[in-house]
Amino acid sequence: MSLSGAWYIGLAAIVFTIGAIGLLVRRNVLIMFMCIELMLNAANLTFVTFARMLNDIGGQAIVFFVLVVAAAEVVVGLGIVVTNFRRRETTVADDLDSLKG
Amino acid sequence: MVHLAYLMLLLPLAGFLVLVTFGRRLGDPVAGVVGTVAIGGAFVVACFVLAGLFGLPDNGRVVVDNFFTWFQVGGLTVPVGTLVDPLSITMCMFITFVSAFIHLYSIGYMKDDRDYTKFFIYLNLFVFSMLLLVLADNLLLTFVGWEGVGVCSYLLIAFWFERESAASAGKKAFIYNRIGDVGFLLAIFLIFEKTGTIQYESGPGGGIFGQLHHLDGGVGLAVVLLLFLAAAGKSAQIPLFNWLPDAMEGPTPVSALIHAATMVTAGVYLLCRMNPLLHVTATGSEIIAVIGAVTAFVAATIACAQQDIKKVLAFSTVSQIGYMILAVGTGAYIAAVFLMVAHAFFKGLLFLGAGSVIHGLEDEQDLKRMGALRRYMKWTTVTFTIGFLAIAGIPPLSGFWAKGDVLDNTFAHFKPLWVLGLLTAVLTAYYMSRLETLAFGGKEERFKKEGPHGEPALHEPHESPWVMRLPLVVLAFFAFFAGALDLPWVHTDNLSSFLAPVFASTLYNDHLGGGAEWALALADIAAAVIGVIIGWWLWRGEVVYQPKLEPAFLQRVWYWDDFYDTIIGRPAQRLATFCAWVIDVRIIDGAVNGTAQLAKATGNAARKLQTGYARNYALGIAIGMALIIAFMLSRTWWG
Repeated sequence: MSLSGAWYIGLAAIVFTIGAIGLLVRRNVLIMFMCIELMLNAANLTFVTFARMLNDIGGQAIVFFVLVVAAAEVVVGLGIVVTNFRRRETTVADDLDSLKG
Repeated sequence: MVHLAYLMLLLPLAGFLVLVTFGRRLGDPVAGVVGTVAIGGAFVVACFVLAGLFGLPDNGRVVVDNFFTWFQVGGLTVPVGTLVDPLSITMCMFITFVSAFIHLYSIGYMKDDRDYTKFFIYLNLFVFSMLLLVLADNLLLTFVGWEGVGVCSYLLIAFWFERESAASAGKKAFIYNRIGDVGFLLAIFLIFEKTGTIQYESGPGGGIFGQLHHLDGGVGLAVVLLLFLAAAGKSAQIPLFNWLPDAMEGPTPVSALIHAATMVTAGVYLLCRMNPLLHVTATGSEIIAVIGAVTAFVAATIACAQQDIKKVLAFSTVSQIGYMILAVGTGAYIAAVFLMVAHAFFKGLLFLGAGSVIHGLEDEQDLKRMGALRRYMKWTTVTFTIGFLAIAGIPPLSGFWAKGDVLDNTFAHFKPLWVLGLLTAVLTAYYMSRLETLAFGGKEERFKKEGPHGEPALHEPHESPWVMRLPLVVLAFFAFFAGALDLPWVHTDNLSSFLAPVFASTLYNDHLGGGAEWALALADIAAAVIGVIIGWWLWRGEVVYQPKLEPAFLQRVWYWDDFYDTIIGRPAQRLATFCAWVIDVRIIDGAVNGTAQLAKATGNAARKLQTGYARNYALGIAIGMALIIAFMLSRTWWG
């Protein structure tokens, strides 16, 4: 059996919403990171879905780029998190408010 | 030779440039010698030019040399050129001659001054500017010289600028002169507007004097009055005379050269130069004559009550220039020039004599602290006395002839002014006699005692060195004999016949008979003798503080300065205070600070957006994204 594209889009929307809400409500930087990954992958999922639905390989190709960028972003982001933890002994996002106006 | 006039300008300019460049290295006294030689050279050139001018026929003695065009704009062409005619060469002769000797005198007077070189730099620049003023062949170049002498006058009055009084006296002179300069500029504009040229004799349409018909009526009167305003500023006439007495803060040679002999007569020269224009309107000349006579009288009364030897001479200068202006107003231009020449000699001499006294008395200028100086300063006493008799109008010294010439013309022109002039002559003799008696006469040597406010007694005065005595002797000689330039019974080969072509059509000639002339001469002599005797009689004693003879009204210059202070000075100060504390602080600063406050308030409000919490920013992004999507969807569904 095969499911229609709408299911995949629906799943992607749910995952994206989980990621977005998680990003907004959680305080832990690592969790927030994971939420960002969720959102990215939800987006990837829509790309792939539409690629299949429209018979356009471009959507799948874009996903590779997103994965690469996401990997790079994780490297940088985790580097910042680790460095920050060493300096301030915290991974709570709300403690990092030195940019407050 | 008559085309050499430019050399007369270049020599002082060269002296100025050399002193500016190498002056400090030359130092005392070489710098002074260089300055003196430059001016002496200019005098020699002036002699050659004069000889060249004599070689021309009587009516052809106008030589205009144009060297180059200064600038050309629209219809206005301003050439740089010289105008040599009997009037300008007469001026040049006495300017260079008196200047050369005052330079020589300064070598002695300014000895050991810290700014010795600077003094001669200014002095040479002054002579250059003065000669430029006199020799220029157009109004604008004259104006350049006019401003040049003004600047030098300012620099030299404020020469000892560490003294507060000297600095403010310089500023006062400058500002009063500026008021006159505005008149000069407006006159130039008006003349150019009406005639299209600013050259005197040559140039398009025969110069200004060739187009006088454009300058009649109200315009002519306006131009004459504006030029007179300029003359009043430069020549210290009512209502702009107050700066000259204060100018005595400068070194004495400066007072002698600039504020007695040369610069202050520039106004008289300007009016003489513009004589065809003055003739266009009778009203202008009448106003000029009245103001001249009144100035002569007012300044003479003030001179009677001054304590400072130089102040007496300063008011005397104002008074004598009043005579010259009076002569110009009556159309007796030759009499004005004659008195100007004689005045340059005797007033230069009197100032140099006063300088010698001040030099000998350790810079004491108070007349009441002198007395019996004749025992200590024989040269100064004799030469100063000659100057005193000359200005008082005792025959046969120069002042008698020159002043007599002015008074005769005034008598024939308008008798009330003659009465005022004769009263002034009595006062002149009186205040000079008072000065002479207080300083040189009397038995008591008051400088040996303490001063009225406990000043210590002064050392015994000493006679000045020869560089200062020589100019005194030379000027005394000319102060004595300058009358021979223009004796009333000689009608050829004298100053009058030499100058007559310049004023050909405009000269007022008194047609007095021989009897009337004798009577007037006797009146002049009587005035002089009465004044001298009264002055000597009242001040010969040992009581030198006589308040009844020196009312505060006269000591305070008819409250003229206080009057200006009340109607101009204080309101201006109040306006300035208002501007400073209301307009500046409230309005201008308010606008500036208000802008800053606005930016600050905006920032304070906006900073609340920057919480520093990542989630808030993420929420912002999410909301923004939602809005964009909503917008796009709405476009899709309803677009």
